[in-house]
This record gives sequence, structure tokens and C-alpha cells, in this order.
Amino acid sequence: MVWVRDHLDDIWAYAVQHAWLAGVPLVLGLLLAVPLGWLSRKYGWLYTPLVAGTGLLYTIPSLALFILMPLVLGTQILDPVNVIVAMTIYTVALLVRTVADALRAVPDSVIASATAMGLRPMRRFFTVELPLAVPVISAGLRVAAVSNVSIVSVAALIGVPQLGSLFTDGFYRDFLDPIVAGLVACVLLALIFDLVIVLVTRMLTPWLRSDAARAGRTTA
Amino acid sequence: MTSLAVTAALALAGCGGNNDPLASDGGDSGSSSGSTLVVGSANFPENALLAEIYAGALKGAGLDVDTKLNIGSREVYLKSMEPGDASVDIFPEYTGVLRDYFDQSTTGTTSEEVYKELVAALPDYLKVLKPSTAEDKDAVVVTQDTADKYHLSQIGDLADVAGDLTLGGPPEWKTRETGVPGLEKVYGVTFGDFRALDAGGPLTLRALLDGQIDAGNLFTTDPNIAANNLVVLDDPKSLFAAQNVVPLVRSDVLNDTIETTLDKVSEALNTDNLGELVKRVVIDKEDPETVAADFLKQEGLD
Amino acid sequence: MNDVLTWLTDPAHWQGYDGIPARLWEHVWYSALALAIAAAVAIPLGLWVGHTGRGRFLAVNLTGAFRAIPSLGLLFASLMILGPRIQGDAGVLVPTELILVVLAIPPILAGTYSGVEQVDAAARDAARGMGMRGSQVLAKVEVPCAMPLIASGLRSAALQVVATATLAATVGLGGLGRFLIDGLAVRDYAQMAGGAVLVAALALLVDLAASMLQRVVVSPGLTGKTERRDTAKRRLKTRTAS
Repeated sequence: MVWVRDHLDDIWAYAVQHAWLAGVPLVLGLLLAVPLGWLSRKYGWLYTPLVAGTGLLYTIPSLALFILMPLVLGTQILDPVNVIVAMTIYTVALLVRTVADALRAVPDSVIASATAMGLRPMRRFFTVELPLAVPVISAGLRVAAVSNVSIVSVAALIGVPQLGSLFTDGFYRDFLDPIVAGLVACVLLALIFDLVIVLVTRMLTPWLRSDAARAGRTTA
Repeated sequence: MTSLAVTAALALAGCGGNNDPLASDGGDSGSSSGSTLVVGSANFPENALLAEIYAGALKGAGLDVDTKLNIGSREVYLKSMEPGDASVDIFPEYTGVLRDYFDQSTTGTTSEEVYKELVAALPDYLKVLKPSTAEDKDAVVVTQDTADKYHLSQIGDLADVAGDLTLGGPPEWKTRETGVPGLEKVYGVTFGDFRALDAGGPLTLRALLDGQIDAGNLFTTDPNIAANNLVVLDDPKSLFAAQNVVPLVRSDVLNDTIETTLDKVSEALNTDNLGELVKRVVIDKEDPETVAADFLKQEGLD
Repeated sequence: MNDVLTWLTDPAHWQGYDGIPARLWEHVWYSALALAIAAAVAIPLGLWVGHTGRGRFLAVNLTGAFRAIPSLGLLFASLMILGPRIQGDAGVLVPTELILVVLAIPPILAGTYSGVEQVDAAARDAARGMGMRGSQVLAKVEVPCAMPLIASGLRSAALQVVATATLAATVGLGGLGRFLIDGLAVRDYAQMAGGAVLVAALALLVDLAASMLQRVVVSPGLTGKTERRDTAKRRLKTRTAS
């Protein structure tokens, strides 16, 4: 793939842009989804409308959202912020249900013991419920990460530079090399996001690791 | 919730490292050395090539230049030059279609007429420099077989048979004066069906070669026309008015350096060498940047 | 907002080959075809993986990999590779359906094999104890028990396909994406927003239909309906007896 070799720095620049446009919304989306999920736990009746409402957001076609963002936000038409806000909306849409379900799955007995130990609700949430919900949330985050990497490429249709630009460039010139390069780069990027999330999850859930280790030792 | 997201996004994006369009500040008509010029292009290879040529020439003249290629159709990218946005400063444009975008009542067809009308039609915040003789016009193109079958040599020849035929073109042709309505008005040609594809791009080419459309909108400098034995129908009534390549610049950033440099580029370009350069990008798959650099070196403009 | 409503309620937009009903029908057709093909491939595969326990590693990684492929890029690539080899409209339709199928397979496959896997071992055991052979266990016990997850996978796939079928318009086909692309080309934001609203509305309808179908298809024994019904009957009996 001579073309790829010659254009490695272009591909790298696009990849960095792409990672930014897909990654920042993951963080923002998570930060927004957690309080929403907590709300649906505290007020049970909120669950259905919140999950259904955010689920609906996910069905808005990405091209439309990217284009209409400048009108809503008042930003410049080529501003990457349009993509970031739109992607955050999609991430929140995916994660709210996951976070809500993850928090619901925390056993009542655990919450009861935490309260019995004297933990106030806020402290209990951050030190007990949320950490226990991490595995499920992380699974949802992994799906969101892959979805984001894929959707961001559509922004190439409105001229926002990222890996998707390789697709449009190749298509307009009947040139397969850039397209294949873009596809491979996207899959690799999704893989990297996945690995990072898995690693961070492992760091945040030391009790799962030690449980497994202990189980291994006793059977040995 | 949305406003929170927006604020957070803006904050993070603001301190992020990415291609923020460093548009020069409005109201500053000087060549402030701190600001970077942004040259944009539409989403087809020839325009990207022209943008690279402009950018290369301006860099050669000592200016700081950034490019934003493959933005989209005119309706999208001209918005980026509006005063409220100002994220792109220079665009390679075509006199005829640009004029029509701002004033649909014009009637001129020759290069001189069109250019005069264009200058008059432009809003205050935009300026065009000297046009080049290089031209790339819209064309209605058919296959050799179709031309033979219906004895077609000019667009008007389609008047009798178009009812059974399908036209393919960019989505904007459905409503544009130089599209479907124009064909009807000027040549009395009404196609049986119109398929929205792309602006002289791979979809239209493929559909034409495949027989899904009988006539398609391609551009006259498209090397695929010659490569596939396609026939460009003549346009004696000048539905597609003159389309000279001309630099479009935001009034706020225009200065002498930009003007003289791009004027030299416009002089150096002509339809023939433009066609050659486009062929290198589209058929030979060379980089627009490389082809542009070669051209500039050849003309002593780098 | 006003403009969008005006656009949506304009009767002119509801007629003709590029009116809302025509585009809606095209969109549904593109989506349904892709879903049918994806289900035909993914469900048998998922059943086999879940029932035999073999090939799980491959299935998990395949779904992950497929999910990561950007639909736009795959569309362009397959159009460039397959387009010249297939005559006529099919040359554009086949690549489009291909990417939609690739998009729909992961959720359906994942739902199916995880659905079969999580079937209660006791139920499987009981079935074997009753003398059922492998395939009978699959058909009579595992599939019905796996229905909730299979249905959920299909539902998720349906939503993703409906949302992504808008890409068909970028390669000259029809569907609701046409309003997005055409609106974009002439900066008719009302048309773009109208198209977006229509896609979202369609997705909502599909989701509702899917959830109703889910209720019908999933065995009452699993939803707890039978249990509630039997408990209610028992309560009634004891009350009247005393």
C-alpha cells in the first residue's frame, strides 16, 4: 500500500481529530448520563420517560444533527463543536439506560448495609452504588465508544476533517486506497478505545480481580 | 441539560488541540501577520486542486495559509464566508454559477458579461479577483451510443426524446436555474425522470455508463469524459453561462499581496492545463497538493 | 420549528415519486430487506453457537469487529468494488443492503447466542430427562426461553438499520435520507429537519411495533403472566372455598 505509506502523517492527523471528536463526547456523555441515571433510580417513575426520551434522540440521523447544530448553537458551520455536541447527545442517549439499569442492579441488601453503616445518600452513591455499577456501565461505554467512532465519520459529508474524509476523498476520485486506510484506521481506533475502557474498568474494580484470584487459589 | 452539555463541550473543545479555523478577525483589513488565511474548497477534486494551488501560491508569497478542503456544496460553504461565521477566507469559484447563486435574474452569457454581473451581484463582504481564462462548465453528457441513437449533438436535440429519458445530476439541479428548470425554459427539454446523484461525481458517471441515466451532469474538464468516450452536448443557447475560474475572497482579508499573487495564478491557468492537472489528480490518483506544487514551480509561483 | 411544521404539512410534499409516502416506503423496504437477511444469517448462527457452545470466541469477536466498521466507509468501498460488477440499480442497492446487513448482524447474533446460553440449565436438563434429543431441546426449550433476548436483539438491530438507512441517499438511492441530502444541497433546513423528524418518527413506530411483537412472541411462562394468572386463580379458589 504505497499510498498509505506516503500519507501516514495525513492519516495520523485525521485519526487524532477523529479520536478527539469521538472521545470527548464519551466523557461528557458519561458525566451527563450518571446524574440522569441516578434521578431515574431515586424517582422510579422517571425511568420509562427518561430512557424512552433519550432513546428517541439516538434515532435522529447523524447528518441532520451535525447540520442543524450550528443553527441551534449559533456556532460556525464548520466548527468541530457541532460534532462534539451532537455526539454527546448520542452518547447520553445510549448511556442513560445503561447507567439506570446498572444502578438498579445494585442489590438492595448492599444499599441497606451501607445505610446501616451510617453513610449518607450522596456518600453512599459515590462510594458504594456507583463503583458497583461500574462493570455494567463500562460495557455500555464500550458499545458507545464503537458507535461514536463509526458515526463521526459521517461528518465528512459536511467537510469536518477526520478519518471519514478519507472515505469521501477516495470516493470522489475512484480511489480505493484511502477508503481502505480509513476503514482500518477506524477499526483500530475503536479497538484502542475499547482497550482503554477495559483497562480503566479493571483499575476501578479491584475487588473483582482479587475475588477471581482468591477463587483461583482455593481451587488450587 | 443541553446548555450544560454545550458549555462543557465549548470549554473542552476550546482548550483542545484541533483544526480550529483560525479565521482572521473581522473588521481588520490589514495583512496582520498574526492571522492565518484559510482557503476552502468544494467537495470535488478539481476545486480541491485549485484551492491547493491558491494556498501554495500564497504561501510562496510569504503568507500563513491553512486549507479546508471538501466542505460541501456551494450552499453550505458560502455560509462559512458570511460575516457572522468568517471561518473561511478564500474559495476558488466559477463566475457563472456564483453569479446565479446571488442573482437569478441575470442574462449575460459571455465571460465578460457574466463577470460584470457577478461583481454587481456580490454582497459587500465578498470580492472576486481577476478571472482566469480557464473554464470548467457544467455540461449535459451522454454516451456515444445514446448520441448515435438519437442523433444528438446539442442539448436542444433532446427536446423530442427527453420525455422517455432519465437525467442524472446533483440534488440541487432539481430547483437550480441552471438545472432542470433551466433545461425546460431554454431548450424546451423536459426529461421523463430526474435522479439526484452527485455533482459530476462518481455516482453520475457510473449511472451514465451503466445506463441507469441517459444523460448526466458532468464538468467539462472531467478527464473521465475522454476516458470513457462520452459525448458533451453543445450548449449553443448558453444555458450554462461562462464559468471562468475566479478567486472569491472575503473583503475583510483582501490585501495587495493576496490580490497580486492570485491574479498571477489566474493568468497562468487556462482550460487546457487545468484539464491536465485535474487528470493527474483524478485518473493518476496523485495528491492535489503535489500536483499543485508542480504547477506552481513550473510557473515560477512557489 | 415553525418552518419544519410548514414543510411537513405542505400537501405538495406528500405527493409524487419524491413525496413523503414514497420515500417512507422506500426506507421501510430497504430496512426490512436488510433485517430479514441479517436475521436469516445471524439467528441460525447464534442458535448454533449458543446450543453447541462452539465458536463463541469467533462470534463475540466478529460482532465486535462488525460493529466497529464505519457504515459510510464500507458503503463507499463496496460501491466501488461491487458497483462495476453488478448491472443497473442493483449495483447500488446491493452495496447499500450489504452495509445495513453488516450493521444488523451484531445485535441479532449477540442477542441470540447469549439468549440461548443463559437458558436455565435446569430447564435443559428437564428436557433431556423427558427424552428430547438435541435438536428438540433446542427447538422446544432453548429457543422459547431465549426469545426475550433474541427479540431484544432484533429490536435493537431494527432501530440501528432504520437510522442508518438514511445513508442510502448519499449514493443516489431513495428513502427518507433523500430529504436530508437534498435539503443539505440547497440549504433547505426545513426539509432537512423534516426528514430527520420523519426518520425519528419511523424509528419510534418500529420500536413500538417491535415491543408489541415481543409481547406476543415471548412465551407467557417467561413474562410471569402464567404465574400471575395461576396465582390469581388459586387465590380466587381459596377465597370462595372458605
